Amino acid sequence: MEENANLERPEAAAGLSRYERVKLARHQERPFTIDYVSDLFSEFIELHGDRNFRDDPAIVGGWANFRGRSVMVIGQQKGRDMKENVHRNFGSPHPEGYRKAERLMRMAEKFGKPVVTFVDTQGAYPGIGAEERGQAEAIARNLFVMAGLRTPIISCVIGEGGSGGALGIAVADRVLMLENAIYSVISPEGCAAILWRSRDEAERAAEALKLTATDLLDLGVIDELVSEPAGGAHVDPGGAAEHLGEALARHLDELRAIDVEELVLSRREKYYGMGRWEEVPTE
Amino acid sequence: MTWFKKPKQKLVSQKRELAADVWVKCDGCGEILYERRLGENAHVCPECGHHFRIPAGEYIALLLDDGFLEEFDTNLRSADPLGFVDSKPYTERVDAAIEKMGPADAIRTGRGRLDDRDVYLGAMDFGFIGGSMGSVVGEKIRRLADRATEEGSPLILISASGGARMQEGIFSLMQMAKTAAALERLAEDGNPYISILTHPTTGGVTASYAMLGDVILSEPEALIGFAGPRVIKETIRQDLPDGFQRAEFLLAHGMVDRIVPRVEMKPVLSTLLHHMC
Ligand SMILES: [Zn+2]
Repeated sequence: MEENANLERPEAAAGLSRYERVKLARHQERPFTIDYVSDLFSEFIELHGDRNFRDDPAIVGGWANFRGRSVMVIGQQKGRDMKENVHRNFGSPHPEGYRKAERLMRMAEKFGKPVVTFVDTQGAYPGIGAEERGQAEAIARNLFVMAGLRTPIISCVIGEGGSGGALGIAVADRVLMLENAIYSVISPEGCAAILWRSRDEAERAAEALKLTATDLLDLGVIDELVSEPAGGAHVDPGGAAEHLGEALARHLDELRAIDVEELVLSRREKYYGMGRWEEVPTE
Repeated sequence: MTWFKKPKQKLVSQKRELAADVWVKCDGCGEILYERRLGENAHVCPECGHHFRIPAGEYIALLLDDGFLEEFDTNLRSADPLGFVDSKPYTERVDAAIEKMGPADAIRTGRGRLDDRDVYLGAMDFGFIGGSMGSVVGEKIRRLADRATEEGSPLILISASGGARMQEGIFSLMQMAKTAAALERLAEDGNPYISILTHPTTGGVTASYAMLGDVILSEPEALIGFAGPRVIKETIRQDLPDGFQRAEFLLAHGMVDRIVPRVEMKPVLSTLLHHMC
């Protein structure tokens, strides 16, 4: 109760613990991909299916107009209520979702249009069908394709950036992240269950994982932290969209000015630079 | 250029001598086996064909001519970018793993020859923090793939991993993108990449380089998946079908090209490279 009261208080946002950010990132009233698409884009034409197995409603995508120009938008989509969540599998994609995303990215490349992705998933779905149809291969393929895609890619982490399931649509020239979004190799609960042998230690795990937008900006993994209205994006979705739209426009303009060959090379260089290691003298 | 050799040579050979007189029970058939005889058969049970897990060094010896690897990047060591502490500090875990396994982290990489052909090879060590992929594994694979690209030579990676190394947080996740980017560069230049999956290969390793081979081979019965069976079981609250996520299951579902017993791995690789190079 105490914590929930805190989350609703606009002035509290600055002093949030990491786990409180996790709760904000998962807030049921938080704007989802389709909300940003309707606020920021016009002429959205949703395109369905991976041409192979089925359409995965946990990932949406299609052509849209952003401030006068065509872009391909792709994002994970959570449900607003139980019925929609069952339909969208709580925003946890199956392999066919990632393969739809790949198809749309290839289409964007073919027509020389930028890709904008919205990341909001607790992770790729761990289920029997997902494994049978190659969840790992589908994600791996997207990393490979995005690494070499000859068109600009911008990814916006708007809620939960859950591990490989998030990264599967988030290899990009620019990664933007909303102030109260999280992005992590494992959920704090999953990490706590493994390393502390109790899901109740999720708060400690969240602190250790350093999964907030501020953390990731400090670590050099994201390119920009996009501020949210006081109290969080769910208090003022229009305001959050406005902030994100401004950042998106700025980065798209910058990327459009770069030759595509150079763009792909610098994207590769960016990911080559990811990681921290020491070089010790050999014996 | 350094010749491949096991670290702490003396200690290892002492252990080997001890092990030679030891009997081990096969996980596959329950047969009690003489360790020396098992070692002569690439640690595959002569009774039932069960593949015992072997360290990277043994796989290298099995595949490369004269068992020789010109090993690269042995001087890379995990940093502790998050200052991660759970029941003990990450730095202590790394120290303990180096003490046990040597300084290579969870993968040995280098150049060798396979039936007189230059190959760039990486072999993972599950014994090093569960074969988890942190920044060192990612950087070593990146450098290896880039060298293969520059030399126009084939790349072979042998996976054995529980997935991403969560003590390195977001950096471990980013190694998936980094290794995929290096493989994309390798492929752009038309160089072959063969991925070999051994027990177990799961998580972020499967969802990056392990599943990106032009050809993907697996050892029999290896557990291969994105999510671990325990997580899946907890999520769907159902029992998992027999043989779920085993190599034979992946073959039937079209996710790997062939299942190859360890003792046949070298001739199969040799023939494949003959066709692909
Ligand atoms: Zn046996």
